Amino acid sequence: MNISDQVVARLAGVDKRYGRLVALDQAALQLRRGELLALLGPNGAGKTTAISLLLGLIRADAGTVELFGRDPRQIQARRRIGVMLQHAELPATLRVGELLRLTASYYPAPRKPADCAELAGIGDLLRRPYAKLSGGQQRRVQFALALCGNPELLFLDEPTVGMDIETRQRLWAAIRQLLTEGCSVLLTTHYLEEAEALADRVCVMAHGRVIHEGTVDALRARVAFKRIRCISSVDAGVVGGWSSVSDAEQRQGRLHVTTAEAEAVVRRLLDADPQLSELEVQRAGLAEAFTELTREADQASPASQREVA
Amino acid sequence: METVVSIPLPRTGVPMSRRRVFGAYLAEMRCECLRYLRAPGFILPMTLFSTVFYLMFGVLLNHGEASRYLLASYGAFGIMGPGLFGFGVSLAIERDGGLLTLKRALPMPPGAYLLGKMVMAMIAATIVMVLLLLIGVLLAHVVLSWGQMLALLLSAAFGVLPFCALGMFVGTLLKGQGAPGLLNLVYLPMAFLSGLWLPLSMLPGALQRIAPIWPSYHLNQLTQAAVGLNDGPLLGHVLVLIGFAVGFLLLAARRLRRNG
Repeated sequence: MNISDQVVARLAGVDKRYGRLVALDQAALQLRRGELLALLGPNGAGKTTAISLLLGLIRADAGTVELFGRDPRQIQARRRIGVMLQHAELPATLRVGELLRLTASYYPAPRKPADCAELAGIGDLLRRPYAKLSGGQQRRVQFALALCGNPELLFLDEPTVGMDIETRQRLWAAIRQLLTEGCSVLLTTHYLEEAEALADRVCVMAHGRVIHEGTVDALRARVAFKRIRCISSVDAGVVGGWSSVSDAEQRQGRLHVTTAEAEAVVRRLLDADPQLSELEVQRAGLAEAFTELTREADQASPASQREVA
Repeated sequence: METVVSIPLPRTGVPMSRRRVFGAYLAEMRCECLRYLRAPGFILPMTLFSTVFYLMFGVLLNHGEASRYLLASYGAFGIMGPGLFGFGVSLAIERDGGLLTLKRALPMPPGAYLLGKMVMAMIAATIVMVLLLLIGVLLAHVVLSWGQMLALLLSAAFGVLPFCALGMFVGTLLKGQGAPGLLNLVYLPMAFLSGLWLPLSMLPGALQRIAPIWPSYHLNQLTQAAVGLNDGPLLGHVLVLIGFAVGFLLLAARRLRRNG
């Protein structure tokens, strides 16, 4: 099986400018069937522009934009996607069930309304007017609308903003179920733990370029640092002077050490303080890797391109 | 990923049957009507403006032929409202709130959104005309044949369309809550200048001469003909109204395509 047959959405060599602002600069990404790709990046990195192109809302200045091998502006391509946008005020006076039926009517073979309600956890809301719902409930309804068309590809733009922890966990479970059914998901999020929990691959953008594309582990591995925490009487200033220790400080009664060579530092700590307790060693999380990557990109990029929508 | 048994990705999705496409248009119209019929804050100002004016000037202050004349002119005034506000305000707010963006991203059939609003405006204009007819016939004792009433209702249902296009154009000019103000700046002076409040003969000569540039002037000629107060040829007025509708529709569609 040729891998290109499995690509459901693709940007290749895409440029997009708004006047003098460069929103996308030779951006490229691929989303394959059945995978969840998390699109990460600071505000203004070009995520919204990339999504708008894939949804057919705007036209690229140069490059290829494809959805199921077609131009996303063709309705046949968009009949295979579901969409949840970051900001969308739905008609206030319509009931949730009416919104579901309306959105489902746009699709050739939609999911049953009861199934959508079950998956999105809105079974008890179907008869309520949209405006009477809480912010978190409205987000759940928007998620239900995104999946009601039985899409092969789901666009989720910051889906869990405004949700409490339990609702977020339920939404994650629903997303995982859709993935097992073979649906692909393009997720943008500011919560790195969300990407860590769900993503097969992550794509990090900065200044309109894709600066990293790979698995979550590959992104983490870009940053070699590990973090050591323990309760110890050894002075943080002394540890900070050891070789291969990049940072050490005493915080909330614990010693925090950042280093590239955790094993050597731990051995030295245990030698220095036999009473040392509650030792923890962690690999740097996605958050550190992300910060590191975007900082590198900031340094590499000319200042003129910083503030780009 | 490579270990997963890959199923070939079909080039085309499930085809959409004609019946389902038609169903999507119907669903959009139904929802557009429902959502505004359930919003009294939106529907009442559109309907009350002209009916209250007609009650005051057509029933309390005037009688006989004046009531007949005012039924037609306030009728034209009442028809304009749902077109201008129904289209303009909702479009401006939905562009602002992201609903239009979402609809454009979804596979909504092309034109369903505008068609839904159009049907809504046609129904609202017809309701306004029914209310005016009830007041005219029952309270002001204007004598009308069934044919005349039907002619008034038809001029409401179709006469609203050029104002839909104008409202749509204004709705593309600005976003959010600024639209009602700007629309009133269009609505009220235009109504006055085309003789909907006071007969044109009472306005200064210069204003009388430029009155035909306003679409509402031509609509008024049609409603006056419907109640039997205008024997002149009507085709010219109809063509001007169609021209206005097509012109503003094209302008608005161009702005929507460019700016979303």
